[in-house]
Amino acid sequence: MDELDRKIITATQSGLPLVKEPYQAIAQQLNIEADLLKQRMKKMLESGQIRRIGAVPNHYKLGYKANAMSVWDVPDELITELGNQLGALSFVSHCYERPRFLPKWPYNLFAMIHGKSKQEVSEKVQQVVILLGDHCAGYELLYSKQILKKTGLRLKQV
Amino acid sequence: MLTELEKQLLNDYQQGMPLVSEPYSEIARELNQKGFSVSENDIINSLSSLKERGMVSRVGPVFKPQKVGGSTLAAIAVPDERMEEVAQIVNHFSQVNHNYKREHHLNLWFVVTAGSQEEVEQVLKDIEQQTGLSVMNLPMEQDYHIDLGFPLWC
Repeated sequence: MDELDRKIITATQSGLPLVKEPYQAIAQQLNIEADLLKQRMKKMLESGQIRRIGAVPNHYKLGYKANAMSVWDVPDELITELGNQLGALSFVSHCYERPRFLPKWPYNLFAMIHGKSKQEVSEKVQQVVILLGDHCAGYELLYSKQILKKTGLRLKQV
Repeated sequence: MLTELEKQLLNDYQQGMPLVSEPYSEIARELNQKGFSVSENDIINSLSSLKERGMVSRVGPVFKPQKVGGSTLAAIAVPDERMEEVAQIVNHFSQVNHNYKREHHLNLWFVVTAGSQEEVEQVLKDIEQQTGLSVMNLPMEQDYHIDLGFPLWC
């Protein structure tokens, strides 16, 4: 990743303009050709630096008011297999392995579960409980109470 | 509360927005093949309206922070009476891009992303210093999610 890639990230991280030619508009800002901008973004997509390009939904505003960060304590040697199974569930929007923080935090697998109500979320959680079976030594659900801040990636201070 | 066009846009274009000069015109063309009868302007207006109503936070690239710099998830156990003050301190950092209040003893959860891992760690240190509370740092070790966007009406 070079200086231009970083400039492109800075110019696009809070969204593309909703105009006829959004890439042209960004390219103009950066003083480069629109084709070069598209090329670079295509490369970043292929390398995984850009996860996807599209509309980023705000689940909460769309009626998915219940969201639980579910955290699971699973054996380290099985985490890749179990993580892949959880990550493939349609109602899981993020699934990450994170370090334990013993003794106060024994959980190593995180899965974000969304639903229209707590009831719906807890039904989905039960599916995960069944899927993990004996491999799960414990879990907790951390429901969100309030979104205090939500913005795109910020590479540098604006 | 959502039109058929808005639902379709949300379902089909959380990813795969065409990387072409006139993407909204291309989206209109694709949707017309699915039986819609919409123009480029209809797409631009619908997306603008979704954005104004807060249902879409933005339209554009979603970067993977671990690949372009540093990132972590952090949590603090905040005493109830200090929640507002501590949330304000945390939100004040431009490197904090998500901050949620959650139902747990560890009740404040936030994501820090920055140009480098060092900057992420500095932000956590600054937050500890300014709040006087200890921060639990849980960086991602592996991503298991196959990102197909979130199915909203399946």
